[in-house]
Amino acid sequence: MKISMTVNGKPVSAEVESRTLLVTFIRENLRLTGTHVGCDTSQCGACTIHLNGRAVKSCNVLAIQAEGADILTIEGLARPDGTLHPMQEAFREHHGLQCGFCTPGMVMSAVDLVKNFPDPSEETIRAELDGNLCRCTGYHNIVKAVKAAAANM
Amino acid sequence: MYAFNYQNPKSVADAAAALSKGGDAKLLAGGQSLIAAMKLRLSAPTDLIDLGGIAELTGIKVEGTSITIGAMTRHAEVASSKEVQARIPALASLAGSIGDRMVRNMGTIGGSLAHNDPVADYPAAVLGLDATVNTNKRNIAADDFFKGMFETALQTGEIIVSVSFPVPKRAAYIKFKNPASRYAIVGVMAADTGKGVRVAVTGAASSVFRVAEMEQALAAKWSPDAVAGVSVPAGKLNSDMHASAEYRAHLVTVMARRAVAAAQ
Repeated sequence: MKISMTVNGKPVSAEVESRTLLVTFIRENLRLTGTHVGCDTSQCGACTIHLNGRAVKSCNVLAIQAEGADILTIEGLARPDGTLHPMQEAFREHHGLQCGFCTPGMVMSAVDLVKNFPDPSEETIRAELDGNLCRCTGYHNIVKAVKAAAANM
Repeated sequence: MYAFNYQNPKSVADAAAALSKGGDAKLLAGGQSLIAAMKLRLSAPTDLIDLGGIAELTGIKVEGTSITIGAMTRHAEVASSKEVQARIPALASLAGSIGDRMVRNMGTIGGSLAHNDPVADYPAAVLGLDATVNTNKRNIAADDFFKGMFETALQTGEIIVSVSFPVPKRAAYIKFKNPASRYAIVGVMAADTGKGVRVAVTGAASSVFRVAEMEQALAAKWSPDAVAGVSVPAGKLNSDMHASAEYRAHLVTVMARRAVAAAQ
């Protein structure tokens, strides 16, 4: 079936099966591979993107559910001239990643977190990031990065 | 997942008609349980009827001394609703504790109740607060809705339209979370509804249940000590890799005490 939506500000449309996952559409149809498939069981959050301004796990959403929606992926966060979003800059500054696999989902989730909690405490950040798993860092620098970014957003 | 036919009705009547057309059709609400199940091939409907485009299923309305929540209202909306926070803070808090933020942005109250996962949170809210489940065919009292594991009173072709919660005098929901999934190993909603005391337990058994002995003790005196000495028998409780039935029985009393203490 034909679906159309806006992705990172650009209108897109394609023929997909009804069972096509949103993450598959993003990665394989649109070739936006910054969004990752980690667990594929909606636990790890590596697939997190924004759908109509809200963070969702794209491996647990059908592409057709996003018909007509406004989608933002990690590729759409930085400015067109390459200037990093404050959250991306904070992750860079505070070494909030090691292998980087969880990072796109972590950053997208954190941007949504700060939108809902503009001045989050460390406790709030840790609680609200519980849908994003990181196997490398132990989360300390991720939390520092989110706290720093919140102050700049 | 296996392929399926997708339909996108614009009204409850159209959704009900689509359901009745035969085949093995399932309703798609937030998809947070259903899509995950279909990916594992635990569920394989021939037809998926998406309720996401039906405006009449959304919205939170205050009506006198009760709040009616549309079946397609996302958990995040209930959690952040000023009306729910003001009148039934236990319900806002419960909704805010479901899964994680991304799951809460998609998952719905109607989907959760229709699915009736034994470890879900909303069944404790509905049973504990004596809510009414309003469908396209009738209004079902909480005590009549939950039948068993993944089983409700909903008949074929019946669609949850909204859930009405009477505003309680005081209530609180405390859950002992599975640290990985955040599902309830044991979750207790204790409520003084104004029409009586209700204690509803989720996560512990095959479906949500009330604890009559705790309700009687609290009706005499609303205090954590009143329920401290009451324990539920471990016999009918779940035993799995997360907790034994005996540990769940122990947790029921602990969570009940905490819920009573938290309910102001």
